Amino acid sequence: MNPFQFTRANTTQAAVSAVSKETGAYFLAGGTNLIDLVKREVIIPERLVDINRLPLATIEETASGIRIGAMAKNSAVADHPLIKKHFPLLSMALNAGASAQLRNMATVGGNMMQRTRCPYFYDHSMPCNKRSPVQSGPFKGQLNGPAGCGAIGGVNRMHAIFGTSEKCIAVHPSDMCIALAALDATVNVTGPKGNRSIPFAEFHRLPGDAPQKDNTLLPGELILSVDVPKNEMSKYSHYLKVRDRASYAFALVSVGVAADMKGKTIQDIRLAMGGVAHKPWRLAEAEVYLKGKEATLENFKQAATLAMQGAKGYGENDFKLTLAPNAIIEALQIATQTV
Amino acid sequence: MKEENSAGHISRREMLAGTAIAVTTLAITKVTGVEAGPEPQAVTPVVSAEVSFTVNGKVQKLEIDTRTTLLDSLREHLHLTGTKKGCDHGQCGACTVLVNGKRINSCLSLALQHENDSITTIEGLGSPEKLHPMQSAFIKHDGYQCGYCTPGQICSAVAVLEEIKAGIPSHASADLNSKVAFTSAEFRERMSGNICRCGAYSNIAEAAAEVAGA
Repeated sequence: MNPFQFTRANTTQAAVSAVSKETGAYFLAGGTNLIDLVKREVIIPERLVDINRLPLATIEETASGIRIGAMAKNSAVADHPLIKKHFPLLSMALNAGASAQLRNMATVGGNMMQRTRCPYFYDHSMPCNKRSPVQSGPFKGQLNGPAGCGAIGGVNRMHAIFGTSEKCIAVHPSDMCIALAALDATVNVTGPKGNRSIPFAEFHRLPGDAPQKDNTLLPGELILSVDVPKNEMSKYSHYLKVRDRASYAFALVSVGVAADMKGKTIQDIRLAMGGVAHKPWRLAEAEVYLKGKEATLENFKQAATLAMQGAKGYGENDFKLTLAPNAIIEALQIATQTV
Repeated sequence: MKEENSAGHISRREMLAGTAIAVTTLAITKVTGVEAGPEPQAVTPVVSAEVSFTVNGKVQKLEIDTRTTLLDSLREHLHLTGTKKGCDHGQCGACTVLVNGKRINSCLSLALQHENDSITTIEGLGSPEKLHPMQSAFIKHDGYQCGYCTPGQICSAVAVLEEIKAGIPSHASADLNSKVAFTSAEFRERMSGNICRCGAYSNIAEAAAEVAGA
């Protein structure tokens, strides 16, 4: 690790000010990913701004839903009575992620900001456009290795099948974000230019020509909270995570489902997938198809076929082209209790 | 130290000279909230800061390099070497300690993040004269072979029993709202962040079951 300055922020304004005036300054929340990145010298910070003292860990009911503070720990969110009652999908996704120790440290904001676990991103001797973008600028603080994408044509078993680019086929590793994407959450942020709200679907981005940018936050912006609107879909929900080990492993493929059922008819439904793209992958066409239909295996198969349109394998991850639709069907069956 | 020879390489002599300079110019700057750092120099200064927390009931004040993890502060500064460094990347759980009653990986947390926190390490759970019930059960059930992961396993297992007692569901629970009980499946899921390369898992599960009264 390279030496860095350390600042404890007592107010959000002080935190934003400290991070926006230096290009090599980073917010430090739970640290579970950032400290690891700093140890591996993928990120070389000039300053870490500790935001653990900021009063941003509250989980409360609002007029339209639940507001989750950005500094709420993953374990606290998963076990909160309001979350278990209204958004069991979010609790299930959180409980499926990482280990108990990490969930006690990791925050909601930090979970959203975590970087990919693509091995090429962490290995300076290998090419990676996300770690070493050709252009400089806000990523000046990062150690440069060769640009390019080692995963394309390389070891890519864990990689994306949707929304990839010639520059990057990495996946976003979060389970929590799959649930928040399915639940139509909104992200509230503050920054040098004031406050704004970002729909969850627009928070993370596809790699395109700038894979170094995981999200649409502007320099110096800090996540304050996440709003999740109430819905009628708490009873029929499920988070299915398929992974190499029974516990404590990133998803090969995961599927989040929340549905509103009347008898066997699907009144409304939300579907999102993890482990398949650079951002939480919402299955909009499958949702439209299933709305108003009966919860049957045939309909689920058709929805999965629609969801898989445009999917592309890169060799080692070709198995996901079969695993993903099967996971969609199984998650739908479990969520709608039609197994 | 930046001088290069005609082939573009730093010679051994220059390297040694540079190292000597580096040692003599190591500067300690304090974190004050303003950048009152020294003039630019050949080596990056070490930055230190103060932190105060309670470890096993005793208040500790440290002035340490900002890069020091909680794990290294416990082992190298406070000489509490019961907590182990395994992978140092949050993957093995050997560094598990309790912070304000919750188990965490002390390797992925900077010591400076823990101002005023209350930390319990394996040394704080019990002593050879007065073992914690979980320590006794690990001995009785042979819950280890080499013993390296054991302090982390025990801290984690103690926390698991508290989490089950508090009714906190896990990925292995039937649903989010039913009563949580100690079962082998619950324990194994909750302990997945603690790796034992000797493979003492079955005996660890038996030890914890005995303490849980299951």
